Amino acid sequence: MRRLGGGVEDEEKWLAEGIAGIQHNAFFMHRALDANNLREVLKYSALMLSELRTSKLSPQRYYDLYMRAFDQLRQLEIFFKDESRHGLPVVDLYELVQHAGNILPRMYLLCTVGSVYIKSKQAPSKDVLKDLVEMCRGVQHPIRGLFLRSYLAQVSRDKLPEIGSDYEGDANTVMDAVEFVLQNFTEMNKLWVRIQHQGPGTVRERQEKERNELRDLVGKNLHVLGQIEGVDLDMYKETVLPRILEQVVNGKDELAQYYLMECIIQVFPDEYHLQTLETLLAACTQLMPTVDTKIVLTQLMDRLSNYAASSPDVLHEFLQVEAFAKLNNAIGKVIDTQLEMPIVGAMTLFVSLLTFALRVHPDRLDYVDQVLGACVVKLSSVPKLEDARAMKQVVALLSAPLEKYNDIVTALTLSNYPRVMDHLDDGTNKVMAMLIIQSIMKNNSCISTADKVEVLFELIKGLIKDLDGNATEELDEEDFQEEQNSVARLINMLDNEEPEEMIKIIYVVRKHIMTGGTRRLPFTIPPLVFSALRLVRQLESQSGDITGEDVQATPRRIFQILNQTIEVLSSVPRPELALRLYLQCAEAASDCDLEPVAYEFFTQAFILYEEEIADSKAQVTAIHLIVGTLQRINVFGVENRDTLTHKATGYSARLLKKPDQCRAVYACSHLFWVDDDDLDGIKDGERALLCLRRALRIANAAQQMANATRGSSGPVTLFVEILNKYIYFYEKGNPHITPSDIQSLIELINTEMQSDNNNGNTRRTHSDPFFTSTLRYIRFQKQKGGLIGDKYDLIKL
Amino acid sequence: MVLVLALGDLHVPHRAADLPPKFKSMLVPGKIQHIICTGNLCIKEIHDYLKTICPDLHIVRGEFDEDARYPETKTLTIGQFKLGLCHGHQVIPWGDLESLAMLQRQLDVDILVTGHTHQFTAYKHEGGVVINPGSATGAYSSINQDVNPSFVLMDIDGLRVVVYVYELIDGEVKVDKIDFKKTSTSNSAP
Repeated sequence: MRRLGGGVEDEEKWLAEGIAGIQHNAFFMHRALDANNLREVLKYSALMLSELRTSKLSPQRYYDLYMRAFDQLRQLEIFFKDESRHGLPVVDLYELVQHAGNILPRMYLLCTVGSVYIKSKQAPSKDVLKDLVEMCRGVQHPIRGLFLRSYLAQVSRDKLPEIGSDYEGDANTVMDAVEFVLQNFTEMNKLWVRIQHQGPGTVRERQEKERNELRDLVGKNLHVLGQIEGVDLDMYKETVLPRILEQVVNGKDELAQYYLMECIIQVFPDEYHLQTLETLLAACTQLMPTVDTKIVLTQLMDRLSNYAASSPDVLHEFLQVEAFAKLNNAIGKVIDTQLEMPIVGAMTLFVSLLTFALRVHPDRLDYVDQVLGACVVKLSSVPKLEDARAMKQVVALLSAPLEKYNDIVTALTLSNYPRVMDHLDDGTNKVMAMLIIQSIMKNNSCISTADKVEVLFELIKGLIKDLDGNATEELDEEDFQEEQNSVARLINMLDNEEPEEMIKIIYVVRKHIMTGGTRRLPFTIPPLVFSALRLVRQLESQSGDITGEDVQATPRRIFQILNQTIEVLSSVPRPELALRLYLQCAEAASDCDLEPVAYEFFTQAFILYEEEIADSKAQVTAIHLIVGTLQRINVFGVENRDTLTHKATGYSARLLKKPDQCRAVYACSHLFWVDDDDLDGIKDGERALLCLRRALRIANAAQQMANATRGSSGPVTLFVEILNKYIYFYEKGNPHITPSDIQSLIELINTEMQSDNNNGNTRRTHSDPFFTSTLRYIRFQKQKGGLIGDKYDLIKL
Repeated sequence: MVLVLALGDLHVPHRAADLPPKFKSMLVPGKIQHIICTGNLCIKEIHDYLKTICPDLHIVRGEFDEDARYPETKTLTIGQFKLGLCHGHQVIPWGDLESLAMLQRQLDVDILVTGHTHQFTAYKHEGGVVINPGSATGAYSSINQDVNPSFVLMDIDGLRVVVYVYELIDGEVKVDKIDFKKTSTSNSAP
């Protein structure tokens, strides 16, 4: 079909001319109608319809013209129907209109009369329709032919010999209706396909667009087929579908194939698709390579998925027709035959198939694994996956089972899952690993066997260690921390109540995190340590020991692992963290009554303190942690205890700043006095007091230093703190602390505060309230009465 | 009515993966006016999360906190009450009430909030009230063998503070409350 040159304005002009022509002749036609003048009616209606013979209009505008004519033809039909007006029996009328000069007007008139003829029931519907559909062959111009046949379809719609219609005749009625529509469809499709693209690029584009505009004319036939009463599954299977597909495939037209396949899928019921799945899929594999088969297949799978979701009874149909296997095969074929399909296309198909499998057969993990397996095969055929979009699809593929099952454990059983992950580049691998961890966190999943932990850590190995060629330096520091913190959180989700299994898990985790390198260990070792400590506590609280040579989970063995593990940390180097972990272990060992083990941990802690912790602020905290821990531990015999307390007090006194020394030393006083009702705690009043006195000396020295260096005395707060400690031990019943000790300390503080005043310094406000409230406390205790009251009464304020 | 959330010792990610889901769903942004945190979060992600619940976040340093810039102690005034905040590993013996009372006098506060022991306590003594919100995640503690996740919500109204403690026991959130009243409006020395 060629249209003579001309732009849009020309077309508007021709359309206007056409419409004018129609209106002009319609006017005379109406006059003739009013006069019941059949001859004139036919003459002017033919002239009017001649306007449709134009080949200058685009489909959109031809449609405008056509609609004008269509409206007029409705009037005409009313006239034809009323024999009393024109006097001719419809049979004769049918004969008469065939004398019209040109074929196009002739056919329109014939169809119009045919409509009346059928309605009159003077001839079987099927005969008239057959006649009409064949005669339309006379018009081979694509646009004109398409609209003519469209008209035929429109007027015949309510006159098809369907079941239950007025036009039902002999036994083959429905088949006749089907036959008619199929034939009309076939011819229309042929006309449509014949509109070939010719000419330069921009012209072709416009032609393509115009072809597209015509598609609904063709597609309408399929809608009609879908609506005909009496078209059952067998008829669909034997006749309707094969005929349609024949047209689709043989037409070898990309546009038609794509559109018609979509139509078929949308128009006909899902259960029909299920029962004709093989045929349908075979057609899909035969489509032109330029057709986007992915979308067609995805649409089909979506519809089938929805169908499956609509009712549980439907599911057995899917199994019966082996829907999944067929789809799997078809997709495989499409991917294999369409060699030009980029990898992203194949991946998209796999995602659709997987979605289908997850929705329709969620319990069939083997199906899911099959899809992943096919994906692996395809990925193995390309040297290296570099397309970002394809990568995204693979991530979608791997995420789908995670989201569906809400349980990473299920995904871990899919044998092909790790193989797919292997094909991701390092960056995407890590993204996927993070998604896996997030899924676990979101669902609060607990991974409870060493085997599963092994698989899991293999999957997330991109986060656990440097993969080949991966440069962790490239990664933003914050991102890296987020990654590693996620791994750390994950370690908390690995748990099993059975100690033997739990220790296996600990071994597996340890094995993996040890490959992480010094950057990762500070993140991954602490959670492992605490997992182990929780296990120790569990073992301790279990009544009765499970003894035996094979028993792995014993506190002793766990402490060995802990020692070796924390040791690694101190060489990263992270001495402060390691020290804290050693102290945790020491206390745990003490709870297990393992004195040598606890001592060893303290030794390690002290070594770190001596050799690695130089920062003065860090030292203050470290010493307090050591003293605080040691204060609580009761497993040590006298010798060991003495050694450790001696070291602790020694280091306390050697902190850099005097106030820090003072505080640490008086803290050490508690090492000699454990106020625990349950245990026979140490209560060495003398040594406790020695600490306090030492602290006092240091506080005095601090004051003198302040005087010497700054010309004013320092804050009295240290003295007040020490006073509080004196009161503490006095109240607890330390026999070596006398009321006069306390009184003289109070006096000392007063003196210091006075001298502060005398020097003209404003009183340090923060020690005042402290001192005041301390005195207030003493007064309060005096009023208590009983033993406490008596004690405090001895203190004179 | 001022709502103050007190919590701490979450130990994420060293000892816990996250707050219990039941707690998370209770901690809705916009309902709380202040958050005071005893420390040991330990990572920035938790800090950021707490900030989404309430932008007025006060936090002190625990010995495992990643951010070394948190202060050792902090004091703030909310309504008629002066509050003091300290993690508690600095006060030896750990968990000892009298030693904490000394710190309270030193900071000159009505309410002292500390942690470290992973054990909820709310104690009134001569100098004021000491509150320990426990561990919000129920993290392992060398001090406390049996840890349940817990946090505290304080409702400060004039001279009265109602302390609500939320504890997750066997999967259920249990609430308890304690009333404290302040005797005078001002504690400052003349």
